[in-house]
Amino acid sequence: MSAPLTSFTLAEARDKLAAREVSAQELTDAHIEAIASAGALNAFVVDTADRARADAARSDERLGKGDGGMLEGIPVAIKDLFCTEDIASTAGSRILAGFRPPYEATVTANLWREGAVMLGKTNMDEFAMGSSNETSYYGPVCNPWRATGDNRDLVPGGSSGGSAAAVAGELCLGATGTDTGGSIRQPAAFTGIVGLKPTYGRCSRWGTVAFASSLDQAGPMTRTVQDSAIMLGAMAGHDQKDSTSVDVAVPDYEAALERSVKGLRIGIPTEYRIDGTPQEIADLWDQGIAWLKEAGAEIVEVSLPHTKYALPAYYIVAPAEASSNLARYDGVRYGFREDRDDLTEMYEATRAVGFGSEVKRRVLIGTYVLSAGYYDAYYLRAQKVRTLIADDFKKAWDSVDALLTPTTPGAAFGIGEKSDDPVAMYLNDILTVPANMAGLPAISVPAGLSAQGLPLGLQVVGRAFDEETVLQLGRALERAAAFDHRPTPWWRDQA
Amino acid sequence: MSLDKATVARIARLARISVPEEDLQPLAEELSGIFTWIEQLNEVDTDGVVPMTSVVGHALHHREDVVTDGNRQDAVLGNAPESADGYFVVPKVVE
Amino acid sequence: MSGVIEGATGPWEMVIGLEVHAQVTSKSKLFSGAATAFGAEPNTQVSLVDAAMPGMLPVINKVCVEQAVRTGLGLKAQINLHSVFDRKNYFYPDLPQGYQISQFLQPVVGAGTLVLDMEDGASREIGITRLHLEQDAGKSVHDMHPDHTYVDLNRSGVALMEIVSEPDLRSPEEAGAYIRKMRSILRYLGTCDGNMEEGSMRADVNVSVRRPGDDYGTRCEIKNVNSIRFVEQAIEVEAQRQVDILEDGGAIHQETRLFDSRKMETRAMRSKEEAHDYRYFPDPDLLPLEFEQAWVDEIAASLPELPDDRKRRFVDELGLSPYDAGVLVAEKEVADYFETVATGRDAKVAANWVTGDLFGALNKADLEIVTSPVTAADLGALIDLIADDTISGRIAKEVFDDMFKTGRAPGDIVEEKGLRQVTDSGAIEAIVDAVLQANQDKVAEYRGGKDKLLGFFVGQVMKQSQGKANPKIVNDLLKKKLGSPGD
Repeated sequence: MSAPLTSFTLAEARDKLAAREVSAQELTDAHIEAIASAGALNAFVVDTADRARADAARSDERLGKGDGGMLEGIPVAIKDLFCTEDIASTAGSRILAGFRPPYEATVTANLWREGAVMLGKTNMDEFAMGSSNETSYYGPVCNPWRATGDNRDLVPGGSSGGSAAAVAGELCLGATGTDTGGSIRQPAAFTGIVGLKPTYGRCSRWGTVAFASSLDQAGPMTRTVQDSAIMLGAMAGHDQKDSTSVDVAVPDYEAALERSVKGLRIGIPTEYRIDGTPQEIADLWDQGIAWLKEAGAEIVEVSLPHTKYALPAYYIVAPAEASSNLARYDGVRYGFREDRDDLTEMYEATRAVGFGSEVKRRVLIGTYVLSAGYYDAYYLRAQKVRTLIADDFKKAWDSVDALLTPTTPGAAFGIGEKSDDPVAMYLNDILTVPANMAGLPAISVPAGLSAQGLPLGLQVVGRAFDEETVLQLGRALERAAAFDHRPTPWWRDQA
Repeated sequence: MSLDKATVARIARLARISVPEEDLQPLAEELSGIFTWIEQLNEVDTDGVVPMTSVVGHALHHREDVVTDGNRQDAVLGNAPESADGYFVVPKVVE
Repeated sequence: MSGVIEGATGPWEMVIGLEVHAQVTSKSKLFSGAATAFGAEPNTQVSLVDAAMPGMLPVINKVCVEQAVRTGLGLKAQINLHSVFDRKNYFYPDLPQGYQISQFLQPVVGAGTLVLDMEDGASREIGITRLHLEQDAGKSVHDMHPDHTYVDLNRSGVALMEIVSEPDLRSPEEAGAYIRKMRSILRYLGTCDGNMEEGSMRADVNVSVRRPGDDYGTRCEIKNVNSIRFVEQAIEVEAQRQVDILEDGGAIHQETRLFDSRKMETRAMRSKEEAHDYRYFPDPDLLPLEFEQAWVDEIAASLPELPDDRKRRFVDELGLSPYDAGVLVAEKEVADYFETVATGRDAKVAANWVTGDLFGALNKADLEIVTSPVTAADLGALIDLIADDTISGRIAKEVFDDMFKTGRAPGDIVEEKGLRQVTDSGAIEAIVDAVLQANQDKVAEYRGGKDKLLGFFVGQVMKQSQGKANPKIVNDLLKKKLGSPGD
């Protein structure tokens, strides 16, 4: 039986902890138990129950004195892309099996400083490359949701699939994710939760395993928009150790939430209507438009002419940066090594065995597009297209304050269903990638169910460093949608 | 854009990833498919467009010239698959 | 070592370009806070950034940028207010990131010049193409184990300035002079200590040959030559190798080679043709490097007087020969020492003492001028004692030797040892008379025409006076008393 303690929102739990209606230890124990009976989801690669209990005990002491940080006593899960001191950090890969970092990522250090409790590290697509959490060395993650009358295992989305499943399956009150092409928002949409990708530079990348440096951004995954605002407030902030981190003050995101959206101008980008998308996606979008209109927002058709080129450009830029970022995984200083007598053979065997096939594919693509004779035609060209995409958004901000779009072109699909065709898999990110290419904040909010009873999300994209407006609009959608569906816990006590 | 086996082999060597001979052709076909899809970027007129150097608009942050780090041989070597006498150990390189 | 090789089919001209890698003088590394000092235990000056742990990121050291700008100004080069860091991608165990952060298309410093001072006093301008900042790699040690290579990352991430010359050099001698001059400028500026033995300055040498008047031939690069002598030898050997191939009707393959100083040959490094594809792209963990002209101007205003300007001043204002001036300005510490000695004194005399006696003594004792037992002030005082006739030039040499051994002031030594010159004509006359009296046979021979005996008499008088008699007075008195030879 699921203890009701795991069904609180993060905000509710925070208030109850502060009021001492519930202890941090009770709350943590309930989640530890939930995780223990959710093995079938394979959402966690490492569980840190002892550490969680110690954290909780410390939180109770602080709360008892009336002290405590923003997340005091709140049990959270951490995507295994974040390096957590002395705790296995694998990025979903065999090549980092056994790696225990002697340092803590800035984003997670921020969470611990605010009193959060660490439940464990969540499963993910290897090196954050994937949209279904099927490329993990540690096995695929199952979506807590199943289609009506169907007991096929579905993907939770990726790459932050484990975090999404943990939040949706009520195994934690919030989880960290990272989003490079949609890896927070797409799994959030597939699992009926809220996922926020902040502005590039809002959260520090120090200590987060790098995939594509100019695109990666950490963000919160939670069940409500308010929870998202609370978690972002703890995660965000300037970090001198990250040269791409921006020194902009962190506002009180929670305070902005209930502001009226009256008078806000919402852009509906024509180019996000994609041929071949199921009608229910278009219907959901129209529904979202109606909700915001009703709340007093002004709806404006806008054009972002280079939208369709964002995904192919992304599949040049991201693999290029990744091919360089992953060169350090060579079996010399940490991680997996495939022993050989000759150095070159050692490198080649280590990386052939240590990396999975999607990672290898992208490293090869990246190596090729940077190589002599191809740099101008591919990488340089893609970076120019990126400027055009960013300019499209800048022009849009002249007439609107934010954009409303669907998050994904469809609902969650079956495990194994799309893993044969790389491009089909890549198309999952077609609506999320433009925000990464322009470095803009974007949120996905659960808005309705598909015909098969699976969650669908709506996305809001905002101006740089205007997470407040993005959260505010997310909250308005959340209020209107009143999405109170929960997955049936089929996974309990199944191996 | 079509990639052939030889190109894949060359790229794999550059990337230090060994690819078995029998996988070269299928991989070449797969990558060719991806590049064909990527090729639509050629439709875009990029004349006079400045390539994006950074999404971030601010200046490069500088550090003061102070020693703030180092002296942590244990942490540096702690995860090494092989180390000895304070060094990382790897198979020999022939110059 | 001239730059022309006489082949069987005619003369070949050497064309040489140098890429000097100079470690920036700074306390911490270019992109991390670990220390840069030489000689520490392995992997103790390594931060997690230098070890390229997952998630680590670079943050630039502002002093390293300043040092690069300062060096650019010292080379009269264009300073680029906007430059970009690029990743140079390749695999090697002492390159932990799998890429080196460097600058490719937009370096921080552009074109400049370096003036070569040749042995014959002539000078020639050599073009500097560019200077950029980059990370140094760690050290791979191959001889600690038969099957393994040992890797120390202490040096990984230390800031390097790569200074590239135009292919304007034409002989091994010029190449040596270039490196000497470059080293001197860097040490004057305080931007690199130029210590080639410790590896803080290294050179990659590009060598090609051509018929005089032809276009440039294909060049080969000889990597990591770590002494000036080896640079000169490597050029000699490599140019000859190329000439031999070309005269045989063969062609030169562009390749990277190493110099083996024991076998006196260059050989190709293991085939690295794919290593030439470095896949440069702007480092996405960094932003473009930008600074204001006002900051550059501040640095320019703080530059010390550089060797060329100092040499010009020594020649124009102090009247030294270009050769002497050149010798004195090569090391800033020497030039500073010399100026202290020369101030208020005869500069040429000062130059002779410094480059003659002092350098001689220092070399013999294997000391540097900064550890000279004789201070500049004391050497100046010694010169004053000669100038005011307190001691003779010859006695001064004795005093100098004592100063060098004991570090004591010249005045004290002269007093203590009673070395004051005797200028009392009466006293000297008495000695002269005594010597002539004791050597009447020689007096007769002298008067008989053997004028060379004057030296003998002078020597005897000096000996009798323990060297303290004023030589001029001795000479005058002897000549007066001996009369002309043949009288």
